[in-house]
Amino acid sequence: MQARDALNYDYSVAKCFTYAAILFGIVGMLIGVVIAYQMAFPELNYLAGEYGTYSRLRPLHTSGVIFGFLLSGIFAAWYYIGQRVLKVSLAESKFLMFISKLHFWLYMILMVIAVVTLFMGISTSKEYAELEWPLDILVVVVWVLWGLNIFGLIGIRREKTLYISIWYFIASFLGVAMLYLFNNMEVPTYFVAGTGKWYHSVSMYAGSNDAMVQWWYGHNAVGFVFTVPIIAMIYYFLPKESGQPVFSYKLSLLSFWGLMFVYLWAGGHHLIYSTVPDWVQTMGSIFSIILILPSWGSAINILLTMKGQWGQLKENPLVKLMIFASTFYMFSTLEGPILSIKSVNALAHFTDWIPGHVHDGTLGWVGFMTMAALFHMAPRMFKREIYSKKLIEAQFWIQTTGIILYFSSMWIAGITQGMMWRATDQFGNLAYSFIDTVTVLIPYYAIRATGGLLYLIGFFMFTYNMYKTMTASKAIESEPQNASPMAA
Amino acid sequence: METIREIQAYAYIVATIFLVVMMYSYLYHLYKAEKKGTRNYEQYGNIALHDNIDDAPIENRTPSNKEKE
Repeated sequence: MQARDALNYDYSVAKCFTYAAILFGIVGMLIGVVIAYQMAFPELNYLAGEYGTYSRLRPLHTSGVIFGFLLSGIFAAWYYIGQRVLKVSLAESKFLMFISKLHFWLYMILMVIAVVTLFMGISTSKEYAELEWPLDILVVVVWVLWGLNIFGLIGIRREKTLYISIWYFIASFLGVAMLYLFNNMEVPTYFVAGTGKWYHSVSMYAGSNDAMVQWWYGHNAVGFVFTVPIIAMIYYFLPKESGQPVFSYKLSLLSFWGLMFVYLWAGGHHLIYSTVPDWVQTMGSIFSIILILPSWGSAINILLTMKGQWGQLKENPLVKLMIFASTFYMFSTLEGPILSIKSVNALAHFTDWIPGHVHDGTLGWVGFMTMAALFHMAPRMFKREIYSKKLIEAQFWIQTTGIILYFSSMWIAGITQGMMWRATDQFGNLAYSFIDTVTVLIPYYAIRATGGLLYLIGFFMFTYNMYKTMTASKAIESEPQNASPMAA
Repeated sequence: METIREIQAYAYIVATIFLVVMMYSYLYHLYKAEKKGTRNYEQYGNIALHDNIDDAPIENRTPSNKEKE
C-alpha cells in the first residue's frame, strides 16, 4: 500500500453500475407497467407476437428490476461505501481494480444474454431462477468476482472495525451464493439423456423437494437481495446525509444476528396448504412472525437516528426518501408475517394481495432507498450539485401516490378474490366460477397499472435529474460533508 | 414415523432454546463489554460520518499504521 498523499477514492466502477441501474430500472419498470396493463386489457398481449405476451414479459420484468436495477444499485453502493468505511481506495490495488472492472463487464454481458434468452422463451421455469445452466455458471463467476472484491478490499483496509454496512454486504454475498448454488442444481438433458437443446436442463430435485428448495431460495433471495443489502445502504447513507450517527450501534448488531438467525427458516410460508410436510409450513409461519422483531429492530433504529432532527425531512428530500423507505420496510415486514399466519394465508394465497405485498416492499423500501443512494452518491462522484430539488419533491409525491394506488387496489382485489373462491351456497356448491372472479377484478387491475405508471413517471424524473446532475449541474469545489448540495 | 416426529419436535425445541440463549448472551456481552470499558460500540457509528480518505480511522488496523504513513 502506498502513502495517502493526494490519494482519492476511485468511483469509476460505482459510476458504471449507476448507469446500469438507471438503464435496467427503465427497462424493468417499463415492462412491469406493460404487463400490469395487459392484465387489465388483455388485447395488449398481442402487441408483438410471442415476444409481447405476458408469459414472456413477466420474467423479464422480475429479472430486470431485481437482477438489473437493484443489483446494479447494490454494486454501485458497494463500490462507493466499501471504500469509504474501510478508508481505502480501489486505486491502491491494481488487482482489485481489474477484478471490479471485470465484474462490471461480465455482469453486463450476462444481463444482455439473459434478456435475449428470456425473450426467446428459454427458461428453467423456476421463479426468479429462470436462467438456463450456462448462464447460471456465468452468474456464479460474476458473484465470485464481487466476493473477491469485498474480501480483497477488507484485506487492505485501514479501519480496523468493519462498519455494520459491511456486515450486511458480506451476508448478502454469502447468503445469495449459498441459495443460488443449491436452487440451480440442474441436469443438462442433452448431455445426460441426449434429449433437448444443449442449453436445456431440468431441476435436480423432484416434486415437493423441488418446491421446498425453490421457496427456500425464492424467499431468501428476497431476504438477501431486497432486505440485507438495502439495510447496508440505509445504515450508511442516512447517517451520512443527515450528519447523525446511527441511533444505537448495538441494536444494529443485534438486529443483524436476529435477521441472520431467523430469515432463512421462513421460506415455508410460500407453501402453506400445499403438499409439503405440515411441520415445514408451521415452522415457516412461526419464523415469519418472529421475523418482525429483527426487521423492526433495524427500521426503528433508522427512524430513531433522526431523533431531534425531524426538521431535516422538510429541508432535505433525500432524508425524506430514506425515512419513507424505512417506513415502508416496517409496513411490508408487518404485512408479510400477517400473510404467513395459516388462517390468513388460506384466504390470501394465490390472490393479488401477494403482488400487492411484494410491491409495497419493492417500490417503497427498495426503490426509494436505491434512488436516494444514487442521488447521494452523484454529487460526490460527478463533482456537481444535484440538478433540481423541486424535481425530487415532485418525483417523491408522484411515486408515493403510485405505491398507494398499487397496494390498496391489490389488497381489495386479493381479499375479493379469496372471498369469492371460498364462497359456497347453502348446498355447499361453489357460489362463483373462476371467470366471475376475473371480471370483478378488472377495475382494480386498471388502478394497479396506473399506480405502476405513476411510479415509472417518477423514475423518468429521477433519470432526467441524474442525467442533468452528471452533465449540466453547477460544479462543486469540495466534497460535501453531509447534506447533498442541490439547486432549487 | 412417530419416532421421527418426536426427534423433530425435540430438535426444534432444543434449537429454539439454543438460539434464544445465544441472542440474550450476545446482548449481555455487548452491554458488559461497554460497562467494563473494554469496548465502546457506539463510537463505531462515526465510521460512516468521518469517512474521508484522510480522516483518522476510528480504530487503526495496526498500531504501526500511523508510523508507516
